[in-house]
Amino acid sequence: MNAGAGNSLQQRASRVAAIAAQFADNVDTEARFPREAINAMKAEHLLGIQVPTDLGGEAAQVEQIAEICSIIGQSCAASAMIFAMHHIKLSSLVEHGQSAQWHRAFMHRVAAEQLLLASATTEGGIGGDLRNSLCAIEIDGDTCRLEKNATVISYGTEADAILITSRSGAEAASSDQVMTVFVRDQYTLEKTNGWDTLGMRGTCSEGFVFRGTGSTEQILPHPFAEIAAQSMLAMAHLLWSALWYGIAVDAVTRAQSFVRAAAKRTPGVQQPGALRVAEASNMLQMLKSEIVACLNTYRHAKDDSDKLASMGFAITMNNLKVGASQSILQIINHAMLVCGIMGYKNGTPYSLGRHLRDANSAQLMVSNERILGNTATMLLIHKQNTSLLG
Amino acid sequence: MNEAIRELLAKVGGLPVAVDQISDEEDLYNAGLSSFASVQLMLGIEDTFDIEFSDQFLNRKSFASIKAIERTVEAILKNNEDA
Repeated sequence: MNAGAGNSLQQRASRVAAIAAQFADNVDTEARFPREAINAMKAEHLLGIQVPTDLGGEAAQVEQIAEICSIIGQSCAASAMIFAMHHIKLSSLVEHGQSAQWHRAFMHRVAAEQLLLASATTEGGIGGDLRNSLCAIEIDGDTCRLEKNATVISYGTEADAILITSRSGAEAASSDQVMTVFVRDQYTLEKTNGWDTLGMRGTCSEGFVFRGTGSTEQILPHPFAEIAAQSMLAMAHLLWSALWYGIAVDAVTRAQSFVRAAAKRTPGVQQPGALRVAEASNMLQMLKSEIVACLNTYRHAKDDSDKLASMGFAITMNNLKVGASQSILQIINHAMLVCGIMGYKNGTPYSLGRHLRDANSAQLMVSNERILGNTATMLLIHKQNTSLLG
Repeated sequence: MNEAIRELLAKVGGLPVAVDQISDEEDLYNAGLSSFASVQLMLGIEDTFDIEFSDQFLNRKSFASIKAIERTVEAILKNNEDA
């Protein structure tokens, strides 16, 4: 497409993707923040699209955001992941912060100033179980204070604000949590862990001790349990799956180009990789159908809090995440078989190393083992829906 | 019914506080009920009252407090009678 032409969300996302693609290898090699891509998202005003229109946003729906994740994911998975994580955090504000004046004003700022939001849900001593906290928010009149040993805050030093979980008070049980928004000038980050990883190197998911002071108004008015169950987990699994799909799409596109180039060189000969491309295309289609079906499920459940809180919905979203994270590895592996040494090597038009390394994060980022365990527990009591369409 | 629910809660709830210190209206999740324990509790209730929870009742709200559980069980028992 022509740069600068067209202002649909997809066209804006494609312009970001073109910039992200230019720097993707360097971001990966250096394990650095994808500044160019994030600046392009800001220039295209993509960081505020989810904010309601009366607060200066575009009221973008989850399927539109998912499409953007997929488009950017085809160029640079780390950039797409940062975009996804930002919008997962923003969804907590949009879905659970609209009744609070402070959060409404903050959403207005996110749209107007294109603020980048980060998340601090994991904690030393708790690990990846985001539904429990050790740290507690201290409330002193109108002021709140929080110190958290956050083992991961992706792009923490680059964010303009951090949404952070804690127990709701000194006496609260570990599962009685709140989420608070702290803006950049209200906290300090003391680095505790680096981020030199196999893939997703550009997310810079370093560990920090977070120390913040703000106003009690900045605490989201709904319990974190509700936020997690009703929007955050579903948004995360949907947007992650969309960008993982993007990684897989690009891998299959490369494999297809490889076979097509070979077919042109030796016309009339069936290429050995052609059947693998057909298989990969089959798997890709199943993944796409699954993501689209789950986006529809979420859209239909969104206005029905009982449905959102139901086990059936949670199981569906868990299955999406586990299935998508596993199938992209198979798909990319197929593409690798097709491209052979040209896929294995870096720096060729068919290179797939970065795709494969980035894709490996999917089954670990919220561990599939944990999610399967959670689903297994629910299946002890949940009765299967045996109908095809219902 | 209240007593039977409390007995099950004491057995499988794994709460950090004694069950008799929890009021009927108190939020069980905030009191420390884990999702694993809540499923154990649901299984126990199905067994004790000889009922089955359909998906519409399998959500946090139905099990948020002892009172909520009572209401859920009553609703299912009434449904079964009507059917």
